[in-house]
Order: sequence, then structure tokens, then C-alpha cells
Amino acid sequence: MAEIQIKGVAKRFGAFTALHQIDLTIADQEFMVLLGASGCGKTTLLRIVAGLETPSQGEVWIGGRRVDHLPPRKRGIAMVFQNYAVFPHLTVYENIAFGLRMQKQPQSEIDQRVRRTAEMMHIEQLLERYSGQLSGGQRQRVAVARALAMEPDVILMDEPLSNLDALLRLEMRAELKGVLADSKTTAIYVTHDQVEAMSLADRIAVMHQGRIVQAAPPVEVYRNPAARFVGSFIGNPPMNFLPAKKLGADQFIVAGSAIKGPNASGDIEFAIRPEDMAIGPGGIPATVRVVEPLGAHTLVTTDVDGKIFRAVLDSNIEASCGDILSLVPRADRIRWFDPQSTSAIQ
Amino acid sequence: MTAVTNDVPAVPATVTDARKAGSGLMIACIVVLCVWVLLPIYLLLVNALSSPAEVTSFPKRIIPSFDFGSLSFFLNFQGVGKALWNSVAVALLTMVLSIGIGAPAGYALSRFDFPGKEAFRFLVLMTRAFPLPLLALPLAVLFIRTGLDDTAFGLAIVHTTLSLPFAVLITFSLFSGIPVELEEAAWTLGCNRWQAFRKVVLPLALPGIAASAVFAFTISWNEVFAAAVLTIENRTLTAFLLQSINVSPLYLKFAGGAALVVPALIFIFAVRRYLFAMWGIANR
Repeated sequence: MAEIQIKGVAKRFGAFTALHQIDLTIADQEFMVLLGASGCGKTTLLRIVAGLETPSQGEVWIGGRRVDHLPPRKRGIAMVFQNYAVFPHLTVYENIAFGLRMQKQPQSEIDQRVRRTAEMMHIEQLLERYSGQLSGGQRQRVAVARALAMEPDVILMDEPLSNLDALLRLEMRAELKGVLADSKTTAIYVTHDQVEAMSLADRIAVMHQGRIVQAAPPVEVYRNPAARFVGSFIGNPPMNFLPAKKLGADQFIVAGSAIKGPNASGDIEFAIRPEDMAIGPGGIPATVRVVEPLGAHTLVTTDVDGKIFRAVLDSNIEASCGDILSLVPRADRIRWFDPQSTSAIQ
Repeated sequence: MTAVTNDVPAVPATVTDARKAGSGLMIACIVVLCVWVLLPIYLLLVNALSSPAEVTSFPKRIIPSFDFGSLSFFLNFQGVGKALWNSVAVALLTMVLSIGIGAPAGYALSRFDFPGKEAFRFLVLMTRAFPLPLLALPLAVLFIRTGLDDTAFGLAIVHTTLSLPFAVLITFSLFSGIPVELEEAAWTLGCNRWQAFRKVVLPLALPGIAASAVFAFTISWNEVFAAAVLTIENRTLTAFLLQSINVSPLYLKFAGGAALVVPALIFIFAVRRYLFAMWGIANR
């Protein structure tokens, strides 16, 4: 049982605040992904949980035990680093056995666990090799096997797939998900890749400028962004935003047409995902700028009141540059944001 | 350039001429430098490997006769054995002291951020700015007072101050070349700071540390001024040769010179890769 609780953690580097008051609870065996652009503080937060960085304030609890004053070796964690950090002077076998030898496990147990995790990561034929003789993907497998062999309560991963090429990344992603689900450890996984985050996570914590903007299951984060940033960061192409002028109690003017919205005191912002629109009468008038057929769909980039507005439409549409389309948003998929606080309005 | 078919040169003639002149100048410089360094070594070796009679005769041989008369005379010369032993003892002590002090300093420079780090790096180099004669006299007085004069340990301390900057800078670049993630990985796998250093950093740094040690050894081995001033009875080989150079025959000087130069040359050649690394020059 290893629930992770991050309570009011802040980190300052001199005058720069990397993390503001982070509160996050990660349930036992949950796969939590910290997602954000570079410099948002996600790696710093992971390193604080690992014990490689000390928080300026706040507490970290793992499995009901306060650990923020403990060195990494006493936290019951294992970590996978972005550049693998496979020890170059040791064989793959000794790399995986390293942590077990530190725990003074009996030789038979070490051998058994090394072989089992090596098999799990499909590197059993590489055990006698050195890191210099391995490819990037193989090194990554060694790094994961080394962490899993420890049978930790918590496994921490810092962009483990970012140095791999696209195809290998896809393969490793699926494999990691399976292996980690079987290992029943709590996992924190840092990435800037939203597809990786969506596909792996039980829950995604979207970080922006040292704050957690939203922590929710992937589909929830995608469908109901808690803030404008989440909508614009997640999704490719990102969410569309248009200003909505207040007309009546819950009526707003968006690009010339009246749409029913929430109760708000002033002007707000209208948002819709590109795939949640269809061509039909009485929609948003959009001037086509670029048409990109992608096979399954066609991505149409248009111009609405001087703002870029994208729609993912059926691939049989016939539109060319300069055409004016009438795009009808799906009513249940429209989201509204407060332009001041940028948070979502229900 | 091969695509040029007609008589028009691809580059104007003046430019080609300038290039030719430039490469000619470079080759000339290289030749001069090589001769500058290699000729004395060559003459030293030829004479050291000739019989005493050949050393004083004329014309000289181009290829030495490989007569070990001079060398064996030198090695059996009164006091040479003891001086040789003193040189080795002082050099070994210097080696241990400079690595013992220099390697931790290099590690700290590469791994920790502390106020005055840049100033410290600069000051480490600055220690080489003081001419040794300036320091030797006060040191001699101090050593006589503390009883360190005429001891191998006392001289080794002075030699350590000479070799320490290099030990610090070589180990600094060495430790900087070892990713900090390797250490962090070791910490997460159950190591404390010292264990991570011993099990991960040290094995990776060991060849470089050995090189840095050999370099410290060579600095001490070659040093003559402090050795001559600070020792009387326990002379090192350099100081011993300096003292007896005027009263000894020519072939003894050559043999002694070769005995000093050859080990130093071999050592420096063996560790050249790490000395280049210290100055940030790409090696291999």
C-alpha cells in the first residue's frame, strides 16, 4: 500500500518560484502522469518526491509515512531517468542486481529477480552485455527492469521515452503500461507528450507555471478542461476559442449567432474541440484558409472574425480556400471559460 | 573542384597562392617545433647509450652504440642510488597528497554550487603564478623551524602545492564528464552519498585519477629548485645532479639526464589523453 500525498509543496530557486503550493494525492497503484510544457515544474515535483530535491516548504507522504526529510534510499521508491542512467561499468545483469545487492538480498533471490524482470522487459539475452553495447531502447528496458527488480512501493519515471524514436516509443509505451499494471506499484510519470499522457494515465495532472491546473482522468481532462490552458495544451489540433458577448441572461453572441450559455455576469469565452463540429445550416461562418486531408478525417483551418478556427471534418467534404463554411457545434460539447480567471464556467 | 572543365581556375590564383604559402608556413612551424623538442632528447639518448669514450670523442654517431657503460657507471656512482630512492619517495608522497586533496576538491567543483566557486577555480590556477624562488626561502626558514627541512615529506608538501592545481583541474573535468544521473540512480537504488561515489563514480573515474596521479608524480620527479633549496642530506635525483654536475664527467651528466627525462616522458605520454581533457581539447 503506497498512497502518495503531496501537501503544500513549494520550491523556490532564489527569486524564481518553480512550484507554488502543490497539493496532490495519488492513490495506491494509481498511474499518475504529470503533464506540462518544459519548465512547468513537473520534473522538479517528481524529484522532490524522489528525494533528489528538497522542497522549500510542504510535506511529502508515501504509504502513510512522512518522507520529505529522508534520503532517496529510505523512501521505498525506484526511479527511471530520462537518459536511462544505466551504469556503464557494469553488465546488464549487475545493473539490475545493483539495488538488490544494496539491500543485501541473498544471491538466489537476486538471481531469480534479475532473471524474472529481465524476462518481463525482454532483455534476458542481453544480461552479459555492457551499456555501451546496447541501443537506446534496450538501455531503457534495462533502466525499467532495474527499477522493477527493486519491487518498490512507488516507481517514478522522468520522461523515460523521450529519447527513443517514434516507433520504439509507441511500442515501449504499450509495454510499460502492461508491465506497470502487473507490478501493482504506484507510478508517477513525467512527460510533455500529451498522447503518452492520455494513453498511459489513470489520472493526468496538467501543470502550468508551477501549478497543477487540473488533475483528472484523461477523458475528463480532454472533454472538460478546468482551465483555458488545459484546453489549448491538450488535443491536437487544440481547442478553438472565440469571444462570447453577453446578450441576455444566458444568451451570448458568438461570431454573429446567438448561443445559449451559462449564467455569467459579463462577456465570456466560447470553446469547442475541432472534431465536435459538423457542417450544417445556421452555424458559425468560417472562411476556409487551409484544407489538409488526413485520410480518416480532413483538417480544415478557417478564419472566424480574424481568429484561427480549426475543424476536423469528414474526409468526403469538398472545400477549398476562400469558401465560407457554416460550422455547427455540438451543443453538449461546448465549453465556456472566464476570460479573467481563465477557469471553466459550468 | 573536379567539376571545373575549362581553364578558368575555381579559385583566384592569389587565393591559392596564399593558401599554399599558409600551409607551407604551418609545416615549417611544425618542423621547427618538433626539432626544438626532439633534438635535445635525441642527443641525450644517443650520448646516454654510448660508451664513456664515445661521448667525449668526435665525430658523433647517428645511431647510438647501445653501450651501457655510461648508464652503469652512473647507477653505481656514489649517492645516485640514495638520490634515486629519495626522488621516488618524494614523488610517491606528492602523488598521494595531491590526489588525496585534489580529487575531493575536483569533485566538489563539479558537483556542488557554492559561493565563490569561480573565484576558487581561478585561485587554484593562481597558485602557479608565484615563482618558486620567491616561496622557497621563507619555506626553508619555516621548515627549519618546524623540523620539516631535509625530509622527503617536507619536500613532498612543496611539490604538492605545485601539482595540486593540475590534480584539481584534471579531476574536475573528469567528474564533470560523469553524468550526475548515474549518482542519483545509485541513490534511489539504496546507496548513500559515499556508497554511490565508491560504487559508481570511482570505477568510472579511476583511469583518469590514475593519470592525474602519474602527472603529479612527474611534476615532483622533474622539480629541481625546491629540492635543491630544501634538502641537503636527502637530495632527490634532480638536486643531486644539479649539485654534482660541475664536478662530474660529461657521460655521467648525459646518463643522469636520460634517467630523469625518460620516465617523465613515458609517464606523460601514457596520460596525455587526460591532460588534453583538462584543457577541454577533444581527445582520441
